[in-house]
This record gives sequence, C-alpha cells and structure tokens, in this order.
Amino acid sequence: MGQEAIERISGRGCVLRGDDIDTDRIIPARFLKAITFDGLGEGAFLDDREAAKGNHALDDERFEGASILIVGGNFGCGSSREHAPQALMRFGFRAFIGASFGEIFAGNCTALGLPCVTLDGADLEALMESVELDPGQQIQIDLQEMTVTSRAGSVHAHIPPGTRIQLVEGTWDGTRALLDAGDAIEEAAGRLPYVAGF
Amino acid sequence: MSQPATLFDKVWDAHRVLDLPTGQTQIFVGLHLIHEVTSPQAFAMLRELGLPVRFPLRTFATVDHIIPTDSQIRPFSDEVAESMMSELERNCRDHGIQLFDTASGHQGIVHVIGPELGLTQPGMTIACGDSHTSTHGAFGAIAFGIGTSQVRDVLATQCLAMARPQLRRIEVTGKLGHGVYAKDVILGIIRRLGVNGGVGYAYEYAGPVIEAMTLEERMTVCNMSVEGGARCGYVNPDDATLDYLRGRLYAPEGEAFDRAAAWWRSMASDPGAEYADVVELPGGELGPSVTWGINPGQNLSVDERIPTPADVPDAERPGLAEALAYMDLRPGQPIAGTPVDVAFVGSCTNGRISDLREAARVAKTGNVHSRVRALVVPGSLAVAQQAEDEGLDEIFRAAGFQWREPGCSMCLAMNPDKLSGREVCASSSNRNFKGRQGSPSGRTLLMSPAMVAAAAIHGKVVDVREVL
Repeated sequence: MGQEAIERISGRGCVLRGDDIDTDRIIPARFLKAITFDGLGEGAFLDDREAAKGNHALDDERFEGASILIVGGNFGCGSSREHAPQALMRFGFRAFIGASFGEIFAGNCTALGLPCVTLDGADLEALMESVELDPGQQIQIDLQEMTVTSRAGSVHAHIPPGTRIQLVEGTWDGTRALLDAGDAIEEAAGRLPYVAGF
Repeated sequence: MSQPATLFDKVWDAHRVLDLPTGQTQIFVGLHLIHEVTSPQAFAMLRELGLPVRFPLRTFATVDHIIPTDSQIRPFSDEVAESMMSELERNCRDHGIQLFDTASGHQGIVHVIGPELGLTQPGMTIACGDSHTSTHGAFGAIAFGIGTSQVRDVLATQCLAMARPQLRRIEVTGKLGHGVYAKDVILGIIRRLGVNGGVGYAYEYAGPVIEAMTLEERMTVCNMSVEGGARCGYVNPDDATLDYLRGRLYAPEGEAFDRAAAWWRSMASDPGAEYADVVELPGGELGPSVTWGINPGQNLSVDERIPTPADVPDAERPGLAEALAYMDLRPGQPIAGTPVDVAFVGSCTNGRISDLREAARVAKTGNVHSRVRALVVPGSLAVAQQAEDEGLDEIFRAAGFQWREPGCSMCLAMNPDKLSGREVCASSSNRNFKGRQGSPSGRTLLMSPAMVAAAAIHGKVVDVREVL
C-alpha cells in the first residue's frame, strides 16, 4: 500500500483500438479462481491474444515495454473484478488514456494508483495515430497540468476532480483517508434508523 | 417544507459521514455483502495492515461464483474452488461475519439471498465486490459494485469515498405486451441509451410499467443497470416493496416494521424533484429481446433482423463487424431461427422463483431439442425449495432440462458449467461478452427465461409469444 504522489507518468504507449472492451476480456474468469492476485499478468487479454494469433496490441513488438495503454470508449466495462487492473499493472501498465472508462474499473485503478485519463475524440485519435506511426516516442501524462503530451502535441486531458486530487496528493489508498474520520463513522451510523434500531 | 428531493439525494445525505478534502463524500455503507472471489485479497490486505473489521455485523457472506451445481458436497472436487471456500470460511470465522453456506439453508447467489432474507431494505447504502450489486436498488436502496481494494475499505471502515453521480429518471410508459418481461425492458433501455450511456449516472426507474412490476421483476431491471454503464439503479419503494419485506428473516417485526415502513416511504423521491435527465421509453413497443452481438446493447426484438452496416452510424460499424464476425451471424438475417446448442436459465438476473415459473410454463409445451443441453439453476436454496414445492423441478426434468443446485453457474464460468468450443447459448444471464461463458469462442444470446426455455425446446431462437 503506497501513499506515493502521482503527478506525472511518462513512458511509451501501446494502442489497443476498439470500444466496450470488458473486464472478462481483460482477464478471463478462470484466472479469478485464486485467493491472491499473484501471476495475473500472464492472463492479461489471454483469450483475445490467442484468438488474434499474435496480432494483438499486447503482442505487437513495436509496443513492447510500453507502460501507457491507449484505448477507446467504455474500456473496462462489465464485471467489478479488480483482477482486471491488477493484471494490466502486472503486465507493465502504469496508466490508461482513453475515450471513457467503466466506472468500477476506473475506481479500481485509482485504488492501485493507476490514472485513467480521458481525451476528447479528435485528440485521442491523433494520439493513437501518432503512437502507431512512432511507437518509440515518450508520452507524458501530467496530472498537475491535466495534459497528455506526445509528438502529436500537448492536449487537455480529463479525470474526475476528486480522483485527480487523490492521485496528486498521494491519498489514493482509500483505507487511510477513510480511517481519518475516526468516531464520525460511528456517529453517522448511529443517526441511521436501521442501524440504531427501528 | 424543504425542497423536493430524490431518493438518491435523501439516501446520500443520510449516509454522509463527511466531505473529504478531495471533494468526494465519505459514505457509510449500511449493508456489505461478500463472496468467495473478490474478498480473500481484501482480508489479506486487512491482515497486513493489522486492522479489524469495523462493523462485522453489517457484513454478510455467501458462496456463489465457484460453487459447483451438480454436487455441493464438501470437499468440492475442484481443489481451487475448495481452497476459496475454505478461505471464506476462515475469514468469516476470524472476523465474526455471518456466512450463509449450504449448511445454513440460506446459500445462494449474493443478489438473490440479500433480498430474500430481508437484508436488503429501502433507504440503505449497499456495497458488494460484484458489479451486479445494482440489483438491490429494486428496493429503493443505493447499491453498487466495488473492487477488492474497496472491499478492504468497507471491511476496515464501513465507508467508501464516492463522487456523487448525476441522476437520470427513466420512465417506462404504457403496458408490456404478452410474452414481454422485465428482461426485455432493461435490454430495451440499454439498446436505447447504449452500454456506456449510464457512465457518470445513477438511474431511477419509474413509470407505469415499473410500478406494475413485482419486486423480482424490478430486481431484473436494476440488476442490468451496470450493463448500461450506470453503477447503480433503483426503484422508489411502494406498497409492493413493503409487502415483499414483511415477514422476511432480517426485516423488522411488529410495530418496528411499521416504524421502518414509515421511514422507507419517506425516502422515496418527492414529486417535483429535479433530475439531470429524464428519458421516456414506451413499454408497449417492446418485444421479446435477443442479443445478436458481444455486448448487451447489441439486441433487438425477436421479430427483427440483424442490422446491416447501412443501419448504424459510422462510428458503430467497426463494432458491428467485430460482433458479427465473432458471432458468425450475417447482417440483415432474422435473429429468429438462429440455432442454439445450450440453454441456461438462472443467474442473479433471472434465477428467482418467478423466472423459473415462466420458464416452466414454456417447458410444459414440449421436450428439449435433441441437440440442446439445457440447465435450470435456481438462484438460491430457498428458490430451489420453493420450486420443488411447486413441482417445477419435475416439469423441467420431464421436459429434458437438467435441474441443478444453486449458484452462478454458466453466467460466468468460474465453476464446471461452461460452454465448449463455438457453442451458442440461449441464456437468461446478463453478459454476452466474448468468452464470458467459459469458452474463448463461445457465443451467448441473452434473453428472458421464457425465451430461453422456448429456444431449448425448438433448438433455435423462437418468438415466445407464439409458444405461450
């Protein structure tokens, strides 16, 4: 559990095109049969990759070593499995740039310190094309300035305001921040008729 | 007199512990449900932090995802499943958490047993490490799925840090036609608003069609809110809600029930409350729905044809092509007549007694097609018992359906119930994602339980209105 402030992330990008990529595809359910998250990196997109017979973005040697996954719309929709961001993190990704994200997936990413930032449509397309043409380039996500910078230029990025503060202030580890409420938790509970007793 | 407020506003405000420096709200979680798949790592994190479970009496556990549905005798033949079950037992024992295992008589899918035990009540906040927690919104609760790190947060603090979503009211008007069910309503909503239309929103379902629904039907609608991108969806509590709750194991009794009922009713949205968005859907226009693609929004009425590239906006064409290639379906082809290999009635979407009754009505009309493997999996031990008391199990068996023991079964393939190869499954579950039912090339057609039973008998997708 870290409290590291995450202000900037730089690295090479991997472009995974397509909308509505669900968490069952990110990590097939059979990999959830375990009581730890260990070894999940090997399962990342495994069925999609096998079906693509080497033509999947995660197997594309141009993107080897990439730490920023660039995706389309509604990425990570579906199941709440934290195994999905855990698998992508263990595969080597540290941040995600997309058109939009499934809400539970994005929340799970925040809890692991992995930013999910969104770009406007034309900016995202330009970034994807730029990285596809020049996969060796460095991409920078700046959560202070809220920009994504690549050879396609520097564009405005979006992230929910509370999430941004959690990441840049290093309070993305939820438990600690919530424990700070102290007795206010019991007080709030006591005001609820169903907790106090009808 | 205060401003008219929505149920969402009232529940949110009642559960607010404090405003966090991030601008998010620290929300108290009234009911926390856990299962064997997404909780073990959360307990491990808690042990690492040396923290206790803060409110052990507000967490309840069951086993559903990995439990086999052929024989539930311990130890399970699958060693990994057995180890996950043992870990859940150990964690519940160590922390004083009530576990509804098979021996308790209350085991079942977490979203089936919460309501049936009366744990799920109006005005609550409910969280569970499972995206279909939205189901509990049927009672007028704010219920949402969370990840494992958040399960840890709830165990340690009984709280979550949440950003307030916008609220969209979805009014389903008119009256549903013959052979059209709650499943068709939610599939219709997702088709209309899209699988990401609800991102950033909570959904309030309302209007005559929703008001006329039983609580079980409302659960089916709320269950698939998440397939429409909305993390939670709810229906305002009314007489039907109170009637459902009266006499349930964990519901208040006697005068306490009356006091509870008054509070529950007070939490309903006020007339004149404001919504960020209001959408109207004419219920009478809905037919029995079937999915043709690889997300739940890719559905149509059984009497329609699969879209062609010309029917969809440019942006949707790659998705259409990908879906049709995976499904091996042709544009412009009628969905009716599509052959099926497997039929599955069950899941947290459609594994309740009313679902089994509707499937059994259809099962009486014939025998399972010789090519089809058909499973009926009750959502809980209580559902199984009720069905057996009504003789539904005999109807299913006589027609050639397998009558199984309760669990998530073939919805998500974390247990022995799976598709193999390119099998096509008519399924009453909630997700038709690539590989969802356990075979990386398996194909899923989502539909109502009655439509599944009809497909099982005819060996292909048929219009249930012509069978009933």
